[in-house]
Amino acid sequence: MTFQQLIFWFFSAVLIFASLRVITARNPVHAALFLVLAFCTAAGIWIQLEAEFLGIALVLVYVGAVMVLFLFVVMMLDINIEKLRQGFWSYLPVGATVALLLVAEMALVLTGPWFGLEAAPQPTSAPAGYSNTKELGRLLYTDYVYPFELAAVILLVAIVAAIALTLRRRKHGKYIDPGEQVQVKRNDRLKIVSMPAEKKGD
Amino acid sequence: MEFIMPLWPAYPELFLLVMTCVVLIVDLFVSDDNRIVTYGLTQFTLAGCALLTFFTGNPEPVYTFSGMFVDDLMADVLKLLTCVSVIMVMVYARAYNAARGMFRGEFFTLALFATLGMMVMISANHLLTLYLGLELLSLSLYAMVALQRDSVRATEAAMKYFVLGALASGVLLYGMSMLYGATGTLEITELAQLSTQGVQAQLVLVFGLVFIVAGLGFKLGAVPFHMWVPDVYQGAPTAVTLFIGSAPKFAAFAMVMRLLAQSLGAEMLVDEWRHMLTVMAILSLVIGNLTAIMQTNLKRMLAYSTISHMGFLLLGVLSGTIDGYGAGMFYVVVYVLMTLGSFGIILLLARSGFEAENLEDYKGLNQRNPWYAFLMLLLMFSMAGIPPTVGFYAKLSVLQAVVSIGMWWIAVVAVVFSLIGAFYYLRIVKLMYFDAPVDTAPIAASGDVRALLSANGLAVLVLGIAPQPLLVLCIEAVRASI
Repeated sequence: MTFQQLIFWFFSAVLIFASLRVITARNPVHAALFLVLAFCTAAGIWIQLEAEFLGIALVLVYVGAVMVLFLFVVMMLDINIEKLRQGFWSYLPVGATVALLLVAEMALVLTGPWFGLEAAPQPTSAPAGYSNTKELGRLLYTDYVYPFELAAVILLVAIVAAIALTLRRRKHGKYIDPGEQVQVKRNDRLKIVSMPAEKKGD
Repeated sequence: MEFIMPLWPAYPELFLLVMTCVVLIVDLFVSDDNRIVTYGLTQFTLAGCALLTFFTGNPEPVYTFSGMFVDDLMADVLKLLTCVSVIMVMVYARAYNAARGMFRGEFFTLALFATLGMMVMISANHLLTLYLGLELLSLSLYAMVALQRDSVRATEAAMKYFVLGALASGVLLYGMSMLYGATGTLEITELAQLSTQGVQAQLVLVFGLVFIVAGLGFKLGAVPFHMWVPDVYQGAPTAVTLFIGSAPKFAAFAMVMRLLAQSLGAEMLVDEWRHMLTVMAILSLVIGNLTAIMQTNLKRMLAYSTISHMGFLLLGVLSGTIDGYGAGMFYVVVYVLMTLGSFGIILLLARSGFEAENLEDYKGLNQRNPWYAFLMLLLMFSMAGIPPTVGFYAKLSVLQAVVSIGMWWIAVVAVVFSLIGAFYYLRIVKLMYFDAPVDTAPIAASGDVRALLSANGLAVLVLGIAPQPLLVLCIEAVRASI
């Protein structure tokens, strides 16, 4: 076993363990932290596959930005995990049977000769000066510009949909328009009422 | 490094995208009383898109964006029809939306984005763009279903649609990844070549095919992947149901064509997916028609009728011949026309605080307004497949396609179940003509709705008397593209 293979097995073992813990951990914060671990090990495997840029992007974007937000939300929301687990045992037999059947059927195809080392030989590794990032950038903005733009449109739809579904203007809100506020005149605030003077001692 | 791509075949999509962004921004500066500006701009966008599609259309397929986009006759015809049907949806839905506080910018922008998604799907020549178009369409639809966010039924429907739709997308993607594993390409024209030559990994290809057919079944709403259809149709606001039930069916048909007929159209593979589609088609016909009989809610009944119509559509596709695909396309066009009309009538009768979605709301419609009752009669006859309406020819051409490949028994089953299905369509006619009205409120409709609805209802009759041009157009479009 070469050193590279050793690293691969190590990362894979950690990845599987972390993924399992994500769905079995009782505490949602722990689950989120295990997800971070899963992302980091997955990034390690990607870097081993010579996809350095994607590995780094995974750590930066998912671990650095998305998961921090996620952890924040999990901590803010008081999720009752026991309630979510209700009915788990009663559904388990059916779910497990279906899952096992699927796995068995898929194993029959996937362990055939079509996915072995002969069918997918190891690609020749790129030379030392090869820039992964540059190559990705070139492809993304030339051959794949159409799907790239479509993905951007999908994000735009996500923004519009999220705002449309969550933005609420309260009917009796105490919101004050600063534009109107600065235009206020003395007469709007102060009312001088003339009253007849009263005599003392009446 | 040289990089050239002709943009003109994609002008309709580009125009639609730019104008959608314009609508999005203009709507910010429009007050609630002037929302008609957004409406007008939306209609202008759709009409412009339809015109551009017409003028950039060409009989020979043109590829651009590095072979990811194709502009062929089938794409042109379907895109044109998509734009027209979205325009009709907007006209029908206007009063309904205004009465329910949904006459807002979000409805228009999301509908335009969904239309863009459909057009991308129709013109896809790459599994990646097909999938992205599908997601663009689906995400907009999920949000549109949930637009009435205080309605429990609508949010429940949106939730179900979202979860099942995400699952279906996952299944579809998994199937696509298997195709990539077997052939090493995602481009549809290349896939078609490779699968005709016969790849070594035939079993992997069939394995991926199973997942793709399951994903397509979900998106079409064919049994056994139909569970979301009735809940979404009933739970969504009727205007959104109309939208979901009409134009996206063109995109779904295009997806079936691109994936099954084009990518996997090789002789051996057709045999493989024919069996799967046969099972799905027969189950859809049986369960759709039988369950529809028991419904008292018209929207839910039309949902089950949609399932049975999708069964008929699959009959056309499973024949695997050009005529069969053409018949399938004809069926989709006719189906969308009928759906637009019947949901148009529901929207017409609905008013503030009243949905007109129960069967008894249609009692005595003839006494309230004979013309609308007659239009509904035409639409119901057409859905049931009674001559001389166009629904009869749609069913006939599909059955011809099935018989031509020697599958007599399927044609017999289909005829028997459409006879059973005729019961629930005719029940509505009976309620309209022979029962005393329960609801006696006057039916108010603006001039454009009245004219369009009349044209829609009469089109069912006119196309039924002269179905040949449309049928020929559909067959020619498929022949030029596959």
